[in-house]
Amino acid sequence: MLEKALTGSKRYWAWVFFLLALIGAGTLAYLKQFSYGLGLTGMSRDVSWGLYIGQFTFLVGVAASAVMLVIPYYLHHYKTFGRIVILGEFLAVSAVIMCVTFIFVDMGQPMRIMNVILHPRPNSVMFWDSMVLSGYLLLNIVIGWTTLGAERRAVPPPKWVKPLIYLSVPWAVSIHTVTAFLYAGLPGRHFWLSAIMAARFLASAFAGGPSFLLILSLLVRKLTKFDPGKEAVQTLGKIVTYAMFLNVFFMLLEVFTAFYSNIPGEMASFKYLYAGLDGHSRLVPLMWTSSILAVVSMAMLIFPKIRAKENLLLMACIAVFISLWIDKGFGLVIGGFIPNPMEHVVEYWPTLPETIITVGVYALGFLVLTVLYKVAISVKEDVEGAAYKKIEPAGQAVSK
Amino acid sequence: MSMDRRQFMKIAGLSAVLGIGGSLIIDKAGHAGLGAGPRYEQGPNAIEAKRWGMVIDAGKIKTGEDYKRIIKACHSIHNVPDFGEAKDEVKWIWTDDYEHTFPSAENPFMDQTYKEKPFLLMCNHCEFPACVRVCPTKATFKRPDGIVVMDYHRCIGCRFCMAACPFGARSFNWRDPRPFIKQVNPEYPTRMKGVVEKCTFCVERLAKGQGPACAEASNGAMVYGDLMDPNSEIRKILATTYTIRRKPELGTEPSIFYVIGGSENNA
Repeated sequence: MLEKALTGSKRYWAWVFFLLALIGAGTLAYLKQFSYGLGLTGMSRDVSWGLYIGQFTFLVGVAASAVMLVIPYYLHHYKTFGRIVILGEFLAVSAVIMCVTFIFVDMGQPMRIMNVILHPRPNSVMFWDSMVLSGYLLLNIVIGWTTLGAERRAVPPPKWVKPLIYLSVPWAVSIHTVTAFLYAGLPGRHFWLSAIMAARFLASAFAGGPSFLLILSLLVRKLTKFDPGKEAVQTLGKIVTYAMFLNVFFMLLEVFTAFYSNIPGEMASFKYLYAGLDGHSRLVPLMWTSSILAVVSMAMLIFPKIRAKENLLLMACIAVFISLWIDKGFGLVIGGFIPNPMEHVVEYWPTLPETIITVGVYALGFLVLTVLYKVAISVKEDVEGAAYKKIEPAGQAVSK
Repeated sequence: MSMDRRQFMKIAGLSAVLGIGGSLIIDKAGHAGLGAGPRYEQGPNAIEAKRWGMVIDAGKIKTGEDYKRIIKACHSIHNVPDFGEAKDEVKWIWTDDYEHTFPSAENPFMDQTYKEKPFLLMCNHCEFPACVRVCPTKATFKRPDGIVVMDYHRCIGCRFCMAACPFGARSFNWRDPRPFIKQVNPEYPTRMKGVVEKCTFCVERLAKGQGPACAEASNGAMVYGDLMDPNSEIRKILATTYTIRRKPELGTEPSIFYVIGGSENNA
């Protein structure tokens, strides 16, 4: 099926080469980082994780969100998602690839990456995170590729793939839970030391991932002959709405505990992020942008009449996505390091090479996504083209 | 020499990845002193303990010169680089004021002398170290004598330990530290970029029968000893003097104790 990615319009190739150029720029910047060291980034002794780990955390959520399509389709036989479930699975694949790459570029000694397997410490959450992430990547590649192959030949997918699909549901929950445990079990990091962290992560993932998928679905409809379906888009909108409200609710729970208890350590990071601390306020405009976008998006999403208009729904989803990207890809990780364990405020801002490397990793993910979507959509276009003659709704062969 | 070493380490690293006797090569490198980790032969005069600890009597460290001397004693023998800027900073022992050393024991009305007085901060060699728990490769580990040390060759530079340590005791080599070491001590390994490092309680000196360098330079203000030996000097001080630890509420059980008011006032 991969050959489908090798033929395409001029626009397709222009996009592919554009991404390749960005990957090239990112690689050059990475080579510089590789020889100079991570000092090339804005990270320091006090803020020792930055943009890379923030993006990693955010993208684990995007990956996990595929389950929001898998559950309705495979567990509840919600046929409407038959057309887009593969888009969710392939989005998960590209998101996990980005996650792994972000971890790699964040390592001080990347040549020693195999030490995680050669000398594993099962007590370390990071060991488990690498295990569940690679497992999830494998699951989604196998499931996506097999079901798509079956659809292409207009046969039901092989029986052995069903247990894998069921397994992928708790597995998706596990990747984001384990990622939350990276943070939620550290003594002395008040901002992260919260029992609700994993739940918050999942809620923001189930809002951010589907909102991105909705944007992608509308893009696919515009650029190709394949239509993910109006109803599927509307259902995605509903999922985004519920998850976003849940996410903001969870976040407000944290705010209540911190400020009603009046414990300084619990409040400090919130103060730094939203008001500034000890005269340092570099992230304040960014965090308020996130908050305002969240409020605006929720005000739009809560009204079914607004949601029903696809253009407005699209705008709301873009707002959700940007809001969560700032909140999780930036505020959550950086905020946890400020103030530092001695309660000094040392700020962080990514450098230009760090940004170029980040853009490069995203370009790599988008290239994988483009190729996978190209294959999936070409298959679906072929199947539907053939189905027109038979007057039978295609794209649902899988659900038998 | 440095080129040869670099090439050697590349080959050693590669064979470790491929699993072709990599560990053997690294072991040999360790004994040859080629940037070795915390692997030291116990000498005939080695001093040992069940659990090493230290009491720092802040009252006995009077002047800024005293602090400088203690910090320099550690940093110079351990080849700790001086970058001259905060962003890339590497430090094993340093000072801060009371409020930032003991953030959970603030007191706005305390005596100005102690409020502004510097305190020495270093790795606490915790009994239940969070840094050890989170390290994915066992590069950071606790020795049977309670000292938390690092294998610089195994560290992958993920910096999870830095996020986990509640005491800010860990530094990362954001870039090659070697050009920033004023005078290299050939007795102790230098580090490479991309690995984490911290105070080692001078395991290499204990193995030769010497005490930690900071304690030696402190004129008796820093007393080290075996916390599990009820007859040790450190236990006698702890039994007769009021001492506090940094963030005891986190349950890591730090092994560094502080006498705040000076032992003569509290005994």
